[in-house]
Amino acid sequence: MSRKTLITLKTLTWIACLGPFLMLVYEAVTNNLGPDPSSNIALTTGYNALLILILSLAVTPLRLLSPRLSWLIKFRRLLGLFAFFYATIHLATYLALYLNFDWNVFKTDITKRRFIIAGFAAWILLVPLALTSTTWAIRKLGGKQWNRLHKLVYLAAIGGIIHYWWQVKPGVLSPMNLTISLAVLLLARPVLLFIQKRKTRRAVAA
Amino acid sequence: MLIRKPSDIPSSEITSESSYKDFLSRRRFLRTAISGAAAAGGAVLGADRVADLLSPGTTALADATKLQTVKSPLSTTGEQLTSFEDITHYNNYYEFGVQKSDPAKNAGVLPTRPWTVKVDGLVKQPKTFDIDALLKLRPLEDRVYRHRCVEAWSMVIPWVGYSLSEFIKQCDPLPSAKYVQFLSYYDKKVEKWTDESSIFWPYSEGLRMDEAMHPLTLLTFGLYGQVLPNQDGAPVRIVVPWKYGFKSAKSIVTVRFVEKMPETTWYQQNPREYGFYSNVNPNHDHPRWSQKTERRIGQPFYAQRRTTLMFNGYAEQVASLYNGMNLDRNY
Repeated sequence: MSRKTLITLKTLTWIACLGPFLMLVYEAVTNNLGPDPSSNIALTTGYNALLILILSLAVTPLRLLSPRLSWLIKFRRLLGLFAFFYATIHLATYLALYLNFDWNVFKTDITKRRFIIAGFAAWILLVPLALTSTTWAIRKLGGKQWNRLHKLVYLAAIGGIIHYWWQVKPGVLSPMNLTISLAVLLLARPVLLFIQKRKTRRAVAA
Repeated sequence: MLIRKPSDIPSSEITSESSYKDFLSRRRFLRTAISGAAAAGGAVLGADRVADLLSPGTTALADATKLQTVKSPLSTTGEQLTSFEDITHYNNYYEFGVQKSDPAKNAGVLPTRPWTVKVDGLVKQPKTFDIDALLKLRPLEDRVYRHRCVEAWSMVIPWVGYSLSEFIKQCDPLPSAKYVQFLSYYDKKVEKWTDESSIFWPYSEGLRMDEAMHPLTLLTFGLYGQVLPNQDGAPVRIVVPWKYGFKSAKSIVTVRFVEKMPETTWYQQNPREYGFYSNVNPNHDHPRWSQKTERRIGQPFYAQRRTTLMFNGYAEQVASLYNGMNLDRNY
């Protein structure tokens, strides 16, 4: 891929990822956040955090599918950091607009309410990943260690999905699409790795 | 000069935000002429009377949907009304989709005429009431009520209707009737969105007989002085202002008097989260979130949060219904 194409694609990714955030800012400034602004901000940021996190998890399976897609790795960090960006605003929205920074309510929530526990745990898991996202940190940790640490992203994504299911009313199926997407992407890894190994084995045997 | 308090103004005379906006955009050339008057008394300036003068199209629509109403001493005062736009575009009506904006888009297909309400169960004789007969049964009152959803958001809504007790008297329930059940309209061919949740349809709600007979419990036909928009439960629903919103069943087709506590939709979904009583109670948290505060719809994001009141502020009128009951256990 040429440098020019890469820059174009990265710019487009930035715009796409920033889109929902800029939309919220615009709506907040023009007083257009809808009937329930707090919930609009919370739902938009939460949904996009999960969506972008799941998109970042699509990179590896796609690369396994075809070596021609290996350039996708250049977008994974960007997606991961944007997921963390939205997750952080989501958490801040909850603390500011839902709790009014009342730490007693937070204490009750974090000990009693399972959907808060799942969501908060997912965010906590993303923190070390965001902190070690720099090239410097990768070099410092070494590829192997870094890879092992970043396996936490699977837990974070699953935690986020559980948080979503536990938040909606029982019987409401809106988290289904993201859940199926994540399940497919997680299952694709072992399947694709198995197929690839068999191919290499055959190639070696031949 | 006669200065009227907001509570003195029948809702039919209140200019809803949206119709006021429409009116402005259609008659832009008159803006300067009327803006002074509107700013001085936007709430007093009658929307339909202004429309009479300026826009025949608007009048025709208003005539078709307008209801004759009288004032009610049971109205809640001192609260800013939620706009007509928000009341009709932020709805939980899962038969028409699970997103808050879905019912406004989808509920147009609900056939509200002809419409009958069947009364059966423990009554002297089963009866069927036509919607037009129900509308004429008693004078329609403007009743402003706070509306508190179990999801912790709230509105202030100028409903139109009369006490459900007036209707129940016409039903001749037997003394053995201890509860009354309400079933909502359900036709999968019309309501194509019911698969978005795993709820058992039709939607079912219920009240204890004394709750149903309480004067605050409203058999509701309209809001803002007009017939109910479909997404708000047309053509007839109940409103129980001291309970979480889901207790106020919409688009009612059957009223059934029963001896035992009826099976109700959300209770069936999860009895731990949605009790049969579901009285608004800031001291009893929903298992998944606090009920101590609520978000007022239509306010800016930094000013939405407010304290939730016991029985949604109607404790003085209804607390005696629950004397001696442990409200933490009977939630």
